[in-house]
Amino acid sequence: MDYGTLQGILTIIVMVVFAGIFYWAYSSKSKAGFDEAANLIFSDEEIKSQTNHSGDNK
Amino acid sequence: MMNHSQPTGADYNYTIVRQFALTTVLWGIVGMAVGVLIAAQLIWPQLNFETSWLTYSRLRPLHTNAVIFAFGTSALFATSYYIVQRTCQTRLFAPKLAAFTFWGWQAIILSAAITLPMGFTSGKEYAELEWPIDIAITIVWVAYAVVFFGTIIKRTTSHIYVANWFFGAFIITVAVLHIVNSMAVPVSLFKSYSMYSGAVDAMVQWWYGHNAVGFLLTAGFLGMMYYFVPKQAGRPVYSYRLSIVHFWALIALYIWAGPHHLHYTALPDWTQTLGMVMSLILFAPSWGGMINGIMTLSGAWHKLRTDPVLRFLVVSLSFYGMSTFEGPMMAIKTVNALSHYTDWTVGHVHSGALGWVAMVSIGSLYHLIPVLFGHGRMYSTNLVNVHFWLATIGTVLYIVAMWISGVMQGLMWRAVNSDGTLTYSFVESLEASYPFYFVRFIGGVFFLTGMFIMAYNVIRTVNAPKDTLPALAEEKA
Repeated sequence: MDYGTLQGILTIIVMVVFAGIFYWAYSSKSKAGFDEAANLIFSDEEIKSQTNHSGDNK
Repeated sequence: MMNHSQPTGADYNYTIVRQFALTTVLWGIVGMAVGVLIAAQLIWPQLNFETSWLTYSRLRPLHTNAVIFAFGTSALFATSYYIVQRTCQTRLFAPKLAAFTFWGWQAIILSAAITLPMGFTSGKEYAELEWPIDIAITIVWVAYAVVFFGTIIKRTTSHIYVANWFFGAFIITVAVLHIVNSMAVPVSLFKSYSMYSGAVDAMVQWWYGHNAVGFLLTAGFLGMMYYFVPKQAGRPVYSYRLSIVHFWALIALYIWAGPHHLHYTALPDWTQTLGMVMSLILFAPSWGGMINGIMTLSGAWHKLRTDPVLRFLVVSLSFYGMSTFEGPMMAIKTVNALSHYTDWTVGHVHSGALGWVAMVSIGSLYHLIPVLFGHGRMYSTNLVNVHFWLATIGTVLYIVAMWISGVMQGLMWRAVNSDGTLTYSFVESLEASYPFYFVRFIGGVFFLTGMFIMAYNVIRTVNAPKDTLPALAEEKA
């Protein structure tokens, strides 16, 4: 197999993988998990407010 | 793993974050001050005082290294250490190693600040530092990777938040880029020669150079954006799905864009065309990310009226959108034939560097510093607002001046008389640029003044007594 063919095959593989990622990201199955992940930036606040803000730590 | 961390992220390692956050402000002032000085030297050359280590040629790499690797990278260290802890709800892995990354990185910055004015350079743009410092960078960077990925491994959450993906890609890719491009044969303690030669050397250099833009100045700061924009807006990111597609598309495409720095050179034509096409495609994920960030504010636009921190973040995204539109355009060979080697390139870089990188960092720091020092807000919100306007006006002055100057230079350089001789000499184009160099200098002074105001505000915030800076009413408590 020459270099050009190999590159062609690699390009197709990368395209298929990308289409797969796209499909996965937009499939309804992933929705709940993503909502949870998107809220991670807020989810440690409740824990935080229970302890005293002063908390430095080493 | 190593330390017995608290069950959930009730207690984070903020010491390292504070250190990097404060040095970000310091190095920002130093790097931008050097920038203003060399901008002034282009108008008043006598400002080098006939001193070798104050010449433009030595201070220019000092400026670029200081703003990218001291200011920008300190901001990335601070925010990545902060975000990875808070979104993984765990303390930083290997705290001693984390402290080593701080002191190690500061030592590298100081050694750059000494060796570059002395004239020690490997001559590669944005990779000027000589080989002993390159080795030190590698060691510190590997330590950074261990701390960052170690923290992700010991996370208590099931998901890895998207910002961490961007930071992770940035850390890994910068390591690869730095090691490959810095391969050199040392001939003495302070001099080495690249292992590559000719067109290959040029290609390796710009594969490094453009991916330093793509992964350090883009992916890393997008990590910042994906945390601080939703956080400051008080709502989750517009589309988490889009952020995933954004991530994979961006990292898959950026790596190919480097050849657009070498249009019409000895680089093979097909490589140039590949670089151009990949740069054009890059427009899609760049704008996907920008839209994702800006749309996060939908339903919360009113916050922009009262919150200058959010304004910093949103305007930084606008500049990101602008420069990622401009970049693909400039990568088109025929456009590049006009723009290359002119001030247009300098303007483009600063639209990204001041408008995007610096402003997203500044916005993030204004969010971060009160949190790190146990306050509800910055000492003065008005001063944040003043800083916002100084930064915005400074950036606009800078890039508009460089656009005009650059296009004018390109047109003057290519103008030919009917007999085929050049219409203008180089010096004539330089003389025509002087007024724009002055406007650029003023823009830089604006931006730097804003940084001094920030430093004052930060010092007052850090030293404020407890409970004297409650959160503003509009913001969530």
